[in-house]
Amino acid sequence: MFSPRPFFVPVIIRGVLWLMAFAGLGVSADEGGSSNHWAFTAPRRPVLPHVRNTRWVKSPVDSFILARLETEHVKPAPVADRSTLLRRLSLDLTGLPPTAAETESFLNDTREDAYARRVDDLLASPHFGERWGRHWLDLARYADSSGYQVDRERPWAWVYRDWVIRSVNEDQPFDQFTIWQLAGDLLAEKSSNTVQRDQIIASGFHRLALSNHEDGVDEAEFVAKAKVDRVATTGTAWLGLTLACAECHSHKFDPISQREFYQLYAFFDPLREHDADLGGGLVAYTFKGGTNATRTHVHIRGDFLRLGDEVSPGFLQCLGSTGCSKSPTRLDLARWIASPENPLTARVEVNHLWLHLFGRGLVATTEDFGTRGEKPSHPELLDWLATEFVRVGWSRKEMIRQIVNSATYRQASNARPELAERDPENRWLARQNRLRLESEILRDSALSASDLLNASVGGKSFRPHLPEDVQWLSTASAWSWTDDTGPVTYRRSLYIYTQRTVQHPLLPTFDQANPSESCTRRDRSDTPLQALALLNNGVFIEAAHHLASTAETKFPGDRATQIQYAFLRCLGRKASTTETRRMERLYDQVAKSHPGEAGFVTAQTLLNLDEFLNRE
Amino acid sequence: MDPQHLIQQTRRDFLLGGSRGVGALALASLLGQEGLLGGPHSTKTAAAKSFAHFAARAKSCIFIYMEGGVSQIDLFDPKPKLNELNGQKMPESLTKNVRFAFIQKDSAVLMGSPHKFQRYGKSGIEMSGMLPHLGACVDDLALVRSMHTDSFNHHPGELLMYCGSPMLGRPSMGSWVTYALGSLSQNLPGYVVLTAGRAPSGGNTMFQNGFLPSNYAGVMFRSQGEPVQDLSTPAGLSAEARHYGLDALRDLNSLRQMQTGDPEIAARISAYELAARMQLAAPELTDLSKESEATRTAYGVDRDSGGLKTQRGGGPDAFKTFARNCLLARRMVERGVRFISIHHASWDHHNDLDSDLLYNCRVVDQPIGALLGDLKQRGLLDDTLVVWASEFGRTPLGENRPSFAGRVSGRDHHPSAFSVWLAGAGVRGGQVLGETDEIGWNPVKDPIHVHDLQATMLHLFGLNHERLTYRHQGRDFRLTDVGGEVVKPLLS
Repeated sequence: MFSPRPFFVPVIIRGVLWLMAFAGLGVSADEGGSSNHWAFTAPRRPVLPHVRNTRWVKSPVDSFILARLETEHVKPAPVADRSTLLRRLSLDLTGLPPTAAETESFLNDTREDAYARRVDDLLASPHFGERWGRHWLDLARYADSSGYQVDRERPWAWVYRDWVIRSVNEDQPFDQFTIWQLAGDLLAEKSSNTVQRDQIIASGFHRLALSNHEDGVDEAEFVAKAKVDRVATTGTAWLGLTLACAECHSHKFDPISQREFYQLYAFFDPLREHDADLGGGLVAYTFKGGTNATRTHVHIRGDFLRLGDEVSPGFLQCLGSTGCSKSPTRLDLARWIASPENPLTARVEVNHLWLHLFGRGLVATTEDFGTRGEKPSHPELLDWLATEFVRVGWSRKEMIRQIVNSATYRQASNARPELAERDPENRWLARQNRLRLESEILRDSALSASDLLNASVGGKSFRPHLPEDVQWLSTASAWSWTDDTGPVTYRRSLYIYTQRTVQHPLLPTFDQANPSESCTRRDRSDTPLQALALLNNGVFIEAAHHLASTAETKFPGDRATQIQYAFLRCLGRKASTTETRRMERLYDQVAKSHPGEAGFVTAQTLLNLDEFLNRE
Repeated sequence: MDPQHLIQQTRRDFLLGGSRGVGALALASLLGQEGLLGGPHSTKTAAAKSFAHFAARAKSCIFIYMEGGVSQIDLFDPKPKLNELNGQKMPESLTKNVRFAFIQKDSAVLMGSPHKFQRYGKSGIEMSGMLPHLGACVDDLALVRSMHTDSFNHHPGELLMYCGSPMLGRPSMGSWVTYALGSLSQNLPGYVVLTAGRAPSGGNTMFQNGFLPSNYAGVMFRSQGEPVQDLSTPAGLSAEARHYGLDALRDLNSLRQMQTGDPEIAARISAYELAARMQLAAPELTDLSKESEATRTAYGVDRDSGGLKTQRGGGPDAFKTFARNCLLARRMVERGVRFISIHHASWDHHNDLDSDLLYNCRVVDQPIGALLGDLKQRGLLDDTLVVWASEFGRTPLGENRPSFAGRVSGRDHHPSAFSVWLAGAGVRGGQVLGETDEIGWNPVKDPIHVHDLQATMLHLFGLNHERLTYRHQGRDFRLTDVGGEVVKPLLS
């Protein structure tokens, strides 16, 4: 009589499509779930393709892009002007617009390698780790609270966040970065004191899964959910695989069986959560155990109450099982993922890097390299990058350096109407892309342009002002929100306290990643609520006031120079004559009827310009 | 869905808002003035992709969500046999494989309902005597007594009811509907959320757009003060100065669009124009002073609690707020808001059920009755779907958690049977669907799962729940996950 449905059954296209795939209707044999899918064989380093316009090539990357363009008889876009380049580079590498002094010094730097020098400076900036660490935190579903109704505070989550920033700044090799996060607790047992601590902190990656502390829950149910999440997140972040599809039944499109899903689950099954005392009042979230004889079973249809066959830990057949001993440990799993022989890990990570530098991955479906994902636009380039990544010792900084120094990256982003029909999504990269800034970067840019930014790196998360009615949303939960005040509230947005059930409203309005599941790419939507926030939200109002008063203080009474200064701060460039005239007209219009508001309105208009909201 | 399509989809909602010409006009005026205009400018837009699969009966939905788990046994599903068995233990066979949030199985006993039921309307449907205003509308209601769900905890249950899955991060039903059908309003968001009583226990996660674009998120409206966050021009800034600023912004954005050729800038300009219209429309919407005295009285917007008290938050303001929210919902329907969620908490009556239930019924009964009557009288009920739901029901057993120390005065969470009702657009009223066993433990006739209810709601909007999908992380998701069947007997 009582027949509970499975608690979570992900939707895969229904059986009809599945049958079609196997009958070869609409889906080729190669895509029909077979293991000779391109992404399941290890990348081989391709020979650089021959190109005619060799003078354009600045990096091996360019050969691949140009070869395709030449096949299509399309010329690359001209290089972007220098101020655009500097702003693009600064935002992409540090998430902050260039200061007025940086812009001026770059524009006056006539040395041949001025751009490359600037690249090196920005890669060495402590803000580089904040910018690229935040990208990783999206994958790690980072938050400062547990999720669900009670949404309990996790007061030490930031210790992991800071480690990520540090690791990225120190350019920790990505294979080691991977192993520490998946099995740092196991390594730490045999490590020296200096790295031990970081290995333990890093292993907090999988402590970021949600937990439900609501009264009356069946604890086992949510513990099982967290383990499922650990498998799914590992698949998303490192392998670009939609493993969660195999929780309830074998994957409909990729050669991953439900049994294999629970073989991966078995690595996480024996783990017990543990808070490690790091000394000095610091705590790290980590795990204990991992070798005891927990028996793992397949969950029939994903229902943790319906146990099927017993399984032991194991890797995925379709990716080759190199290094899989008879009874592999979680450390073996981590090493298998971070191995150069793993066909996916390096490809998936360089694809993430590409995404953040061009707005779109070479594989557009960054989260899905399986047979249902999109094929790479430049398969050889992807493989070249993946093998290069391993060759340079898994150095993310080196890869980013090579990409941003390329002619491909430096192109102007202006639309090319003549290609709108042939390449509407700009997959050939016959230009750069124009990209709306992410939520955090928008707020940071406004604070920076107006000289309000507190640029200190790392430390506890802070709570900015939360509107009363949003605060009130918290009253049913076990937490409360007390606004922080003072300089701490002008810190960068990645330090804003992430309450899973009540994200600070400003951030999701601009498509901040959902902190409850691993996110490989964010949306870039455009809504009237964004306009309202930019015009009326306290942060942006304060920034406009401060920008106006800074300009007035620096150049008292000199309206034209004030406008030039504000342009430089907001857009990293000088205003054109047309723009200056229009801004002066605005200033005068307002000054005539409301003299006290003229500077503010002018500054606010600049902070709302589409160009300010975008990286071009 | 590929990103390009997504962008077009997003853009469509603004450009269909009727503002397409405005940006172009502004551009012409600016560039004409500056002598830069080369030729006519237009933004190329994709033809609107329609998800409508068949004729819609509903244009809008008012989703009245009673958070916490409404006691169906005391309000909607009378069980004389349960009253007879009051104080007795349940057969073990019924509870053997059942998980409870708080009940201790060994010592739990059945608890009858002290509340009087009565027959209402021509259809003679039995409902609680504490719901006279709703009872007066019973001939328009389809009462479902055989609902069941998967989760016996609040947040997962709420997420399942709102988003079709107990997991965080899925789009809300209102987001799906507005994603599929767009907004009917040129000035207001397509999906609006109104809350009263205690705060929603899951924060705002039930109203989120999940993996859908963020313009499909539920927008919280406040019933008093600034209607929407960041709606008001900052204090000390004159309307005139703001106006000049927006003019300059539009001109410079148009100029930038000409320089970069990026059609996204046109969408940005449109978004600012829609925001400006919303700034005018939202305060007009929430201003109830133009409503007749008769209407205000019918809804009870000036009521107080009449001295009643509750253990579960909300305070005396809940009476006014809930009534205002119901009236606002009607005004939103009139203005083309697609999906309105009226959220009320809390119905989580583990103890003090009798007094707290009476309190909640007094809060919600009169305004909901007035809303249904008002919609009907204005001819709006024909294409407005009204749904009352909760995440689960409550147990026929009294709750005996140890900390209550023997004082049993409430009921525990009960996912295997509960009641909801629907009215309006295409719903056959005056009927009871489904039946539970003699003590209300399990459905014995026409069991209806949450996904079935959702499939039916989408159907009324002209949407096939199996075809309304969105590709995310390699999977085609839908509101009804892998389940759901349209409940045909509910349709007129």
